[in-house]
Amino acid sequence: MSNEATLHAHDEHAHDHGHDHGHHEHEHHEPHFFSKYIFSMDHKIISRQFLITGIFWAIVGGLMSVFFRLQLGFPEQTFKVLSAFLGDWAKNGKMDPEMYYGLTTIHGTVLVFFVLTGGLSGTFSNFLIPLQIGARDMASPFLNMLSFWFFAIASVVMFGSLFITTGPASGGWTTYPPLSALKEASMGSGLGMDLWLSSMALFVVSSLLGGINYIVTILNMRTKGMTMTRLPLTIWAFLFTAVLGVLSFPVLLSAAVLLLFDRHAGTSFYLSEIFVAGKALPNVGGSPILYQHLFWFLGHPEVYIIMLPAMGMASEILSTHSRKPIFGYLAMVLSIIGITVLAFLVWAHHMFVTGMSPFLGGVFVLLTLLIAIPSAVKVFNWLTTIWKGNIRFTVPMMFALGFVSLFISGGLTGLFLGNSALDIHLHDTYFVIAHFHIVMGISAFFGMFAGIYHWYPKMYGRFMNNTLGYIHFFVTFIGSYVIFWPMHYEGVAGMPRRYYDFSAWESFKQFGELNQMISVAAIIVFFAQLLFVFNYFVSIWKGKKVTDPNPWQANSLEWTTPIKPGHGNWDGPIPEVHRWAYDYKDNGEGGDFIPQHIPLKEGEESH
Amino acid sequence: MSGLLLVLLVVLIFVVLYQVSRSSEIVAQLQGEEAFDKKRNKILGYSMLVLFAAFMIGIVWCHQYMMPLMGPEAASDHGQQYDFMFEVTLWVTGTVFLLTQFLLFWFSFKYRRVGNKIPHFFAHSTKLELIWTSIPAIAMAVLVAIGLKAWFTMTDKAPKGAMQIEIIGKQFNWISRYPGADMELGKKYYTNINEKDNILGLDWKDKATKDDIIIPNGELRLVKGKPVELIIGSRDVIHDVGLSHFRMKMDAVPGISSRLWFTPLFTTEEMKAKTGNPNFVYELSCDQMCGKGHYSMRAVIIVETQAEHDAWLAKQQSYYAQNHPEEFPAPAAEPAKTDSTKQITMNN
Repeated sequence: MSNEATLHAHDEHAHDHGHDHGHHEHEHHEPHFFSKYIFSMDHKIISRQFLITGIFWAIVGGLMSVFFRLQLGFPEQTFKVLSAFLGDWAKNGKMDPEMYYGLTTIHGTVLVFFVLTGGLSGTFSNFLIPLQIGARDMASPFLNMLSFWFFAIASVVMFGSLFITTGPASGGWTTYPPLSALKEASMGSGLGMDLWLSSMALFVVSSLLGGINYIVTILNMRTKGMTMTRLPLTIWAFLFTAVLGVLSFPVLLSAAVLLLFDRHAGTSFYLSEIFVAGKALPNVGGSPILYQHLFWFLGHPEVYIIMLPAMGMASEILSTHSRKPIFGYLAMVLSIIGITVLAFLVWAHHMFVTGMSPFLGGVFVLLTLLIAIPSAVKVFNWLTTIWKGNIRFTVPMMFALGFVSLFISGGLTGLFLGNSALDIHLHDTYFVIAHFHIVMGISAFFGMFAGIYHWYPKMYGRFMNNTLGYIHFFVTFIGSYVIFWPMHYEGVAGMPRRYYDFSAWESFKQFGELNQMISVAAIIVFFAQLLFVFNYFVSIWKGKKVTDPNPWQANSLEWTTPIKPGHGNWDGPIPEVHRWAYDYKDNGEGGDFIPQHIPLKEGEESH
Repeated sequence: MSGLLLVLLVVLIFVVLYQVSRSSEIVAQLQGEEAFDKKRNKILGYSMLVLFAAFMIGIVWCHQYMMPLMGPEAASDHGQQYDFMFEVTLWVTGTVFLLTQFLLFWFSFKYRRVGNKIPHFFAHSTKLELIWTSIPAIAMAVLVAIGLKAWFTMTDKAPKGAMQIEIIGKQFNWISRYPGADMELGKKYYTNINEKDNILGLDWKDKATKDDIIIPNGELRLVKGKPVELIIGSRDVIHDVGLSHFRMKMDAVPGISSRLWFTPLFTTEEMKAKTGNPNFVYELSCDQMCGKGHYSMRAVIIVETQAEHDAWLAKQQSYYAQNHPEEFPAPAAEPAKTDSTKQITMNN
């Protein structure tokens, strides 16, 4: 379907108001508040819906971490705030272990899936793909809208599960059976687990609808002259993020469906020889390890579903604000492809201590450590990109630089965990917590923040407040290291994760003071994020207005649209592309950049 | 009420911060955006240096605080191999870490915008890219080689003559079983389990079960210098045998029997002397989320000399005898006493 046809099929108004943007928009859309802001098919509105839903979940998930950090830091004390929020789950201000595990489980689930997948790739794939490839909208705006609404329903189901009598799912975000399969084994494995599985199934549907759309749009709807090698790296990243999602999410769905069968239909896919709550269950012949294979076949690619968009946006932002082309464009694309392929071949490194065949373990060690090569190439290329640049320390640039720092720190500890002989000891300790929070939690968040600050002017026609942005950066950057750096040591000492209280353990109780400090830092960082949320919403109405359609002096196509683009993005015809996205060089008139739609000058060589 | 006040306070602080930062924008307009941006860029450029210095000082400070709290050296042969490998990996990653972080912050500072110069157009260099693809590849090859050597040693079959002990997880404690005089662990099946007199579901038709000794609190008695093979299983959900002092770990999965082996190097008494902690105790922790009592699933490991072990073993009565006193007319059965003094009681 051509660009024009897509839009006409779904929104006949888009072109009418194209020429006289301001006035017409008002006339045409006023009666359609619902179709403009709620059931919108405009990719830009849908992206903001994803983002705001993601922000909601980030606050919920973050608040949960504050609650369980209170328990971890101050196991002897009671807190009124806990009773206020958790009610009977925290009688007299003391959190129940069942709820502690519920909170950690939902914290993990919503941060990984709802915030860093839905909120990150949902937001920016939607927002940037049509704008940067030069398309009026997605290939199917209708599926795109459905994608958001499935996400919204999944969110409602997940949120609802927090309020039921038996509490939310509480077996960890990986929900390994038999614990998650048997309601006798844990309260959270009752109705809470069914809601968790249903919510995840809906989320998979949302993710697939979105992913297919992103792939089709990128492959088919690029504007004239936009060859694949002229795409900004963001688009390459979104393309392979979508490929990862489309190929791996269905496996998670199958894992969830089989688990539902085991729970309710008496099957034994994951169950064998279990004696629980005083009786022997009839199930024999299944294997709980099967679930782990299915889960991690998604679970590991999921890590890259989170990382790739952050990497793509960081590449774009580092280049733009250093006023230099991204170094090694082709190597960057190849490393994205390499990471994507390897992402499917390393899942069992999460299972080194399940008793798997040592030979198989060896193969997974080799494949896992291979991922370090494309990752290292990316880091060196980012460093070379800023080398000899002319760096503007804008807020997005600060976050992009922070992203690189965190990605290095968190990535390197992966070399410990990916090497099975070291993983035997470090597995399921705080070392793992530190590793994945830094590399795919905080660093992905930094990529996301960089993206939000960078493209906010395009989203709302206003800037976010700079000073608050810098405060947000410094508190979050320093705070994240203060929280997670010492956890490596706790992990090296063998301190297990998912513990409610360490005070009775001779081997781990010496870290009590440290745990307090970490909890205090976590609370401070949480408030810094609220400051960001405050800045985000206040700036929609009060932020400094954008006056230049290309405020960052960037090359990519989104900055050729009007300051507040309507549905259809460009008023006139879509610009034709003549060069790659990174021509940060002398334009012959004293400027240091040449946007993609500017034709090559006589004698100028295309990159 | 105090909660509401707190929320109001936070909102108020945010509003004040916002207003203050708005006024900085007005200052910017008064000074001229260009000049203001230039000044700010300079300050932020220097802040990158400060940030790097703080980062490094923080790391040193953290290290000094943490090291006295860390446990002693590994107490098993495999653990010693682990410690060596950890150190090698730490040197490799530490070097890369310092180098790349330094370059990141240094470049940020050094190449901060000072004027409207047009940077060098440098988009590609095959030579550089080959260099920094191959260096990590070589480093990875080394780490993989060391890692696989250790991995295959650790996961190899246990040496002949290794002591065998079964350790079974259940919500929320461990149960250990020793083979008794015949050196053989008898058969068991989960449908035989009952809480009263057969907690592991031993099959009494198998003679080998008759002399098996069961310790219901999971205490493990190991002998210094003697390889031990743990036969690991679970009655209900997945647990994990975590032996942090020995640097070993293995999941306990229902329906599957997994194994790990190692040789303890120091007795508990020796470790007390080594650490200067009279309360030192080897602990077995559950390292796989198993339900609300997960954090309390603890067992004690005692490493002793062969003589001490033999003396302890001689005092134990088989589980069969304990539960079938009528077949053993002699002295009345006494439940097995163990030295594990501390049991964690759950708060709930």
